[in-house]
Amino acid sequence: MSSNNDSISKTLIVVISLCLVCAVVVSTAAVQLRPQQTANKLLDSQKNVLAVTGLLTGSNVAELYSKHIVERFVDLDSGDFVEKPANYDYRKFMKDPKESTRLVGQDDLASIKTRANIAPVYLAYENGVDSGELTSIVLPIHGYGLWSTMHAFLALAPDGATIQGLNYYEQGETAGLGGEVQNPNWVKQFEGKKLLDASGSPAIKVRKPGNASPDSTYEVDGLSGATLTANGVQNTFDFWAGSKGFAPFLAKVRDGALNNG
Amino acid sequence: MANAKEIKTVLFGPVFANNPIALQVLGICSALAVTTKMDKALVMCIALTLVTAFSNFFISLIRNHIPSSVRIIVQMTIIASLVIVVDQLLKAFAYDVAKELSVFVGLIITNCIVMGRAEAFAMKSKPGISFLDGIGNGLGYSVVLMTVAFIRELGGSGTVFGIEVMPLVKDGGWYQPMGLLLMPPSAFIIIAAFIWVLRTFRTEQVEKA
Repeated sequence: MSSNNDSISKTLIVVISLCLVCAVVVSTAAVQLRPQQTANKLLDSQKNVLAVTGLLTGSNVAELYSKHIVERFVDLDSGDFVEKPANYDYRKFMKDPKESTRLVGQDDLASIKTRANIAPVYLAYENGVDSGELTSIVLPIHGYGLWSTMHAFLALAPDGATIQGLNYYEQGETAGLGGEVQNPNWVKQFEGKKLLDASGSPAIKVRKPGNASPDSTYEVDGLSGATLTANGVQNTFDFWAGSKGFAPFLAKVRDGALNNG
Repeated sequence: MANAKEIKTVLFGPVFANNPIALQVLGICSALAVTTKMDKALVMCIALTLVTAFSNFFISLIRNHIPSSVRIIVQMTIIASLVIVVDQLLKAFAYDVAKELSVFVGLIITNCIVMGRAEAFAMKSKPGISFLDGIGNGLGYSVVLMTVAFIRELGGSGTVFGIEVMPLVKDGGWYQPMGLLLMPPSAFIIIAAFIWVLRTFRTEQVEKA
């Protein structure tokens, strides 16, 4: 209305005060809601770990988690347990040059470019942590599919080779096609298969849909209409079961590293 | 303040008579991206409606003080702040949905409907009626989005709001899903069909050749 709206001083006053107001609103929202968001994230991750071990039997995730799961940290190169604070942020350190290893060429099977040096593993005790009776080892794995990095938890039996469950909890593949990696009916195929062959090499093979023989210890059917996503799953398994992934740790597991601790 | 008739036009006009997607063809991008599942589409609709309503309200509130040389930037600042707040709220209170939607919630900032209403309506109307205009356009957007999402989810996955309606062949049922419906181009086809049906009944919307 007033013509002096366009004067330089008025423009500056309006813009600066608007920016201040908006900045205060946005930062207040971010700060006020952060505890809730962090809690959600943690709870979500705990839920996914429980889900892959089949221990998600109730709605009180935090209680179930503390009853059944122990989080440990593994140096991926040596396969040894290391100590890290409980709030160690694996997802952040994946990309941190100081805490991760660059993967180039042949090493980067899963197209993830960098890999954290220390990864968490989750030890699950079906009868409670106090029983000391280890029932599964949960490994975080991730790899590139067609559009997105797909994150999953892989549950192994205490022998370090037999797959108990697979849970893709974060992916951005085409819904209904590649997105079916999340379908419980599809991941069920992995149950009972062997991650590693007798010599300790990655052995899971994702075949063309319908071509996996049902008796095979290593083969699973791919996803129809999602060949590239299925290839991504194959690459993820090849990488994380291989020497740059969890192979050194799993070798120690087979030698009994978990029996005395 | 506006009378009842004007309120009705502003609030319900955009649903069919002046639909932002079908007639003005704005905001198509998110209509393609978030319509594979109905629950995702619903959250997106609510988020967009709130952002449009409140951005209209605040922009209208200061409309007499916005210098015209930087008005687009001022509008964007308000819209962007609102979108960030909505995104933060979703992350805090609807984490599962926020995880799937996050990128697209951020993209509300660039949704042409929000911007279009701010520029075309809020800049020259009173705050109350601008707010209603935002709600109305949000509703118009929601009608199209939910229709598209319904067709895509039912035809592509055999479910409605995640509840199985038509059991799929691969799960031992009888329905062979249409893969095309899950790909973004199918939303174009459905929106086109929606516009066609709408213009069959409302011939005044047909442009002169």
